[in-house]
Amino acid sequence: MENKDSISRRLKAATGIDTALCYQCGKCSAGCVLADDMDFPPSYILRLLQTETPDSDRAVLTSNAIWICLNCENCIGRCPKEVDIPSMMDFLRAESRKAGLVSPKAKTVIAFHKSFLEQVRDTGRLYEVGLEMAYKLRTFRIFQDVKLVPSMLAKGKLHFLPEKLSDTSVMKNLFQRISGKEDTK
Amino acid sequence: MKIGFYPGCSLKGTSREYNESVQAICKALDVELVTIKDWNCCGATAAHSMNRALSLALPARVLALAEQQGMDEIVVPCASCYNRLSVTQYELANDENLKKEVVDAMGLPYEGKVRILNVIQMIEKYLLDVIPAKVTSKFEHAVACYYGCLLVRPHKILNFDRVEDPQSMDRIISLIGGTPIDWGFKTECCGAGLSVSRTDLVAKLSANIVKDAADRGAKAIIVACPMCHSNLDMRRPDINEVLDSPIDIPVLYITQAIGLAIGLSVEELGLQRHFVKVNL
Ligand code: SF4
Ligand code: SF4
Repeated sequence: MENKDSISRRLKAATGIDTALCYQCGKCSAGCVLADDMDFPPSYILRLLQTETPDSDRAVLTSNAIWICLNCENCIGRCPKEVDIPSMMDFLRAESRKAGLVSPKAKTVIAFHKSFLEQVRDTGRLYEVGLEMAYKLRTFRIFQDVKLVPSMLAKGKLHFLPEKLSDTSVMKNLFQRISGKEDTK
Repeated sequence: MKIGFYPGCSLKGTSREYNESVQAICKALDVELVTIKDWNCCGATAAHSMNRALSLALPARVLALAEQQGMDEIVVPCASCYNRLSVTQYELANDENLKKEVVDAMGLPYEGKVRILNVIQMIEKYLLDVIPAKVTSKFEHAVACYYGCLLVRPHKILNFDRVEDPQSMDRIISLIGGTPIDWGFKTECCGAGLSVSRTDLVAKLSANIVKDAADRGAKAIIVACPMCHSNLDMRRPDINEVLDSPIDIPVLYITQAIGLAIGLSVEELGLQRHFVKVNL
């Protein structure tokens, strides 16, 4: 049965990436440093998307692979068909959040990204101490990395105050004007 | 000689020794770095993973500021910033609608003409000719040059060095008297932005890198990326937990290796700030 709303079709319409180009040689998965840790390595994700069934699409959007993918670009560098897997992963992450299907295993990764972007929105620059604190509060991982703190202080690697832009409203406005701003919340 | 300079957040925080060593060698070799005024964060992996328009608007503002301040070339030592700025310039040049959306959001005029150099390109372009005459103590060590992903990929956009077996840092090391080794992990990913949220994965990936370098006789690993550095250096206890036996070879920025060769001090180069002791 034809599925007009399949991820493959939407992906192609939005980014031009064509999952049909993939002929399953497996080079992407062979070179992916995280293939072992993924529920579906990159070539499996492509195969699932090629079937265009609602079940496969759902399996892709709930996978943890799309969240641990590092966008290291090794796969596209080696793919004989130049399928842009990293950009496809960006698209799948956005789809997964829109559909409310994010894997519970991806919680910490998303919490980190959100905390990071809030820092940038508020000060224009990343303030690592603030980022760690915001991330810990979000994930309740209060004690993670505390063993690093004394030596980081001794080595002059932590600052007590964030650097800021001269006018911090510049960043808030930029964040606001970005269409699809709900993604950064 | 004057060049625009974008430090990025890492160089102002946990990777301050990278900044210190870039500044120190440029000063010693008569290149003046002019920081882009009022620069903002490039958004790094977070923006890229969460919101495409934002991941383009943040770097675009940096490039627009550089233009506004009359710079036609900027050096970007952080590999992640270098990658984001370059990809943004490429994407905006190839999509008018996207460019309009992004330029509206950041609210500054943007032409997209600034030349973006990573630290190795800056060294090759401005310092290579002057370094040999300034070498006072040869950097006589066998080292593994580690490029990571962000300097070389995507090759289509960055067009820097060879994608599978890059050579530019190896050549610089030879020039200052060192011996770059052949090894298998030059461009394998260290785990980059998952350092905090999935330290377990980073430890595993970085362990493979450190182990191959050490097994093949490297006495140090040379990098040009703050994330590679913190994953291989600051995360070494996590790495050593994954390995059968601990490895203690240090991780130096390419700028620190050059600095040592031209006679700069440990403090000028920030070598005392590393977690894995540098005893070369
Ligand atoms: S390398 Fe390219 S063609 Fe081969 S399986 Fe992966 S995506 Fe498909
Ligand atoms: S970009 Fe993602 S899928 Fe591709 S090789 Fe890197 S981690 Fe694997």
